[in-house]
Amino acid sequence: MSKLVASIKEAIEKCGLQDGMTISFHHHMRNGDYVLNMVLEQIAQMGYKNLTVNASSVFDVHEPIIGHIKNGVVTGIECNYMGAKVGKAISEGIMDKPVIFRSHGGRASDMEKGTSKIDIAFIAAPTSDDMGNCTGKFGKSACGSIGYAFADAMNAKKVVVITDNLVEYPLVDFSIPEVYVDYVVAVDQIGDPAGIVSGTTKITRDPVGLKMASYAAKVIDASGLLKDGFSFQTGAGGATLATAKYVKEMMLEKGIHGSYGMGGITGYMVDMLEEGCFKALLDVQCFDLKAVESIRSNPKHMEVSATQYAGVSGKSAGVDNLDVVLLGATQVDLDFNVNVHTDSNGYIMGGSGGHCDTAAGAKLAIIIAPLTRARLPLVVDRCLCISTPGKTVDVVVTQRGIAVNTAGGKNQELKQKLIDAKLPVVEIADLKRMAEELAGVPKPVQMGEKVVAKVIYRDGTLLDEIHSVK
Amino acid sequence: MRRSMLFIPGNTPNLLMNGDVLGADSIILDLEDAVSPAEKDSARILVRNALKSLHYKGCEIIIRINPVETDYWTHDLDEIIPLKPNMIMPPKVSCAQDVKTVSEYITKLEEKCGFEKNTVKLIPLIETAMGVENAFQIASADERVAALFLGGEDLTADLRCKRTKEGNEIFYARTRLVCAARACGVDVYDTPFTDVDDIDGLYADARFAKSLGFSGKASISPRHVEGINEVFSPTQAEIDYAHEVMETIRIAKEQGKGVVSLRGKMIDAPIVERARQVIEMEKAMFGEVEDDE
Amino acid sequence: MNIKTNAVAGTLESSDVYVKVEPSDKLEISIESVVYNQFAQEIEKSIREVVDELGVTSGKISVNDKGAIDCVIKARVETAIKRAGGEQ
Repeated sequence: MSKLVASIKEAIEKCGLQDGMTISFHHHMRNGDYVLNMVLEQIAQMGYKNLTVNASSVFDVHEPIIGHIKNGVVTGIECNYMGAKVGKAISEGIMDKPVIFRSHGGRASDMEKGTSKIDIAFIAAPTSDDMGNCTGKFGKSACGSIGYAFADAMNAKKVVVITDNLVEYPLVDFSIPEVYVDYVVAVDQIGDPAGIVSGTTKITRDPVGLKMASYAAKVIDASGLLKDGFSFQTGAGGATLATAKYVKEMMLEKGIHGSYGMGGITGYMVDMLEEGCFKALLDVQCFDLKAVESIRSNPKHMEVSATQYAGVSGKSAGVDNLDVVLLGATQVDLDFNVNVHTDSNGYIMGGSGGHCDTAAGAKLAIIIAPLTRARLPLVVDRCLCISTPGKTVDVVVTQRGIAVNTAGGKNQELKQKLIDAKLPVVEIADLKRMAEELAGVPKPVQMGEKVVAKVIYRDGTLLDEIHSVK
Repeated sequence: MRRSMLFIPGNTPNLLMNGDVLGADSIILDLEDAVSPAEKDSARILVRNALKSLHYKGCEIIIRINPVETDYWTHDLDEIIPLKPNMIMPPKVSCAQDVKTVSEYITKLEEKCGFEKNTVKLIPLIETAMGVENAFQIASADERVAALFLGGEDLTADLRCKRTKEGNEIFYARTRLVCAARACGVDVYDTPFTDVDDIDGLYADARFAKSLGFSGKASISPRHVEGINEVFSPTQAEIDYAHEVMETIRIAKEQGKGVVSLRGKMIDAPIVERARQVIEMEKAMFGEVEDDE
Repeated sequence: MNIKTNAVAGTLESSDVYVKVEPSDKLEISIESVVYNQFAQEIEKSIREVVDELGVTSGKISVNDKGAIDCVIKARVETAIKRAGGEQ
């Protein structure tokens, strides 16, 4: 028996695609992904209409989807992140149905709970055998972990694996097992390696970014959480990565043996694993070549599903035991709500990803961002979109001051610890005032009437709505 | 308190806006080497406007103007002096006359602005062989001179030798400047350590400069500021000892004793002076934190 | 001061502004900005203050703003006008 079919077209036919169905994709190929465009192009040629695309992320490379929306092939999008190119079109109101934004944990959990139904999942697999045992660890398009694709494979009615490295059965060290897979298609290329992972992720050289990173590291140090058993997540952004560098230096200096590092993994977290800062890495996605090499060769560097990373449908998840997470923001409001979905003009250019999942789980959720960006203040009266509720955010670090969220009497002890550590602790309103003194008071942005996106919280409830731009 | 001095390029808005958050005791807004000849006017106006509207809280302001042999330096001072910076750093100072020339021009501008004379101090940048040999004359040339600053890069070019991390080639210049500055009762600052990524090297270089008698050190990278501040700050043991010295002489005065000793060592005037300086720095370091709140 | 020739000042880097001035019969100001929605009026006010202070009555002033604060906009406009007036 073999599940191999000749083409994507044949797979689509055999899966029984119909107008109005929901198809899913995962984003480990990131901005190098060919699969989403390839499949949609085929579907459009076959004349299907009115489909909903559930992709864990939509990147700029997926710009052709705008054409499919205009032609009525795609009438719904559900995702956890949307890049600025497609985001701009959505914000301008090209689609009737609002985009459904979820978090990485929420997407997987909603599939498992059955509130988000997938008819056909298309899984971009850098290596697969003809029965669908597949992985991201090997092959010319290797991306490392394919953690977000597990929920798609396990919950979709039909599952198609698309690979550019077909190997003999059985694939050794598979990630997703054959039991979930209906069909396998071999293509020339599933992605552009240059866009899948970056060569190396670099620490910022920007002095302001380094200043923020140094403050964030001191907050972590003063919090008392940096001790044996420490667990940590950081993104790939310049300033958060620089914080990780300072945290690593402190851990090595003090001889602290941490428990685990988690999230999207960079070479920097790999260094921390190899130098003994952590016992293990829980990896849902790799950001650079070093992380890919590590997950392939180091048993302590483990692939986890989105559910195990950040979901609420399992009996527990990695985020539940996280000590510290470092996160970014485009806006923070006076109640510590965070916007990572839109820019300051209201255009969609991001999404939660794991932002609200990790903030909810971590003992200490730190937002790190400059006081102003191109004259616009970080802290505003009201975010244009609530991506992460303020009640799950603990500290906001800028280069000119650190605000602690003490609403409801929480974090009082933490605030005192930061003051004792001589860190520049201020109120959140002070950060707004300082920015306005420096850069002026921005005129509030007026949004349009139409709801272009709904933000669904990790527990499935509606968190906020994003309106069209004027 | 001036342990660290950080260079900020004069024509870069983003860095000018954030110069005061980078942890340096003083920032040097640079109109000279960091600015190309075609942008001298642009940087001068930008720095003037920045001084006019930004607060630079808790941070001393030094402006590095262009050298006296150029046509730029008087224009630089025309724009900058009315904003009352703490200090002017004239570069490539080789003799007492260079200092006097700049000082006289500043005096005229101070009069025009109605400032008290010598409001704006000078920190001559000595970076030529001639300057090193004339260090004492430069330090004592004018009342405005509050410190000397050694520039190792240009100096080694002038000496026709290679600038190394070990710094043997500038050892003579370093000790000569320290001696000249101390003889005139002014501060003295060491040349930047130029390998941005070598933090261990920075510490070693700063510790060596401190051991020679330097008051502090300049930096071209914000990443070096914290290390420089640490090296040039008194240690907790030094602070504790300073308080002990002051307490001992206070009690001795109350008891009418003339000569006192602490831990078997006689406390003489230099020890008291050193203790006083340490306590002053301690106050300045705590003051810095209070300012931020 | 008159705008005698074309001149430019500033850069297109974040937090800076690129200013172009050209001779013209009347005073014209055109603004392009990444923070146009939030700060268009403030930017125009900054430009007009410099124009008035330097006594410029005619000329075309175009700015491409990358989020520069008031004192930066004023510096760049002043530099461009002085360059166009033959002053360095």
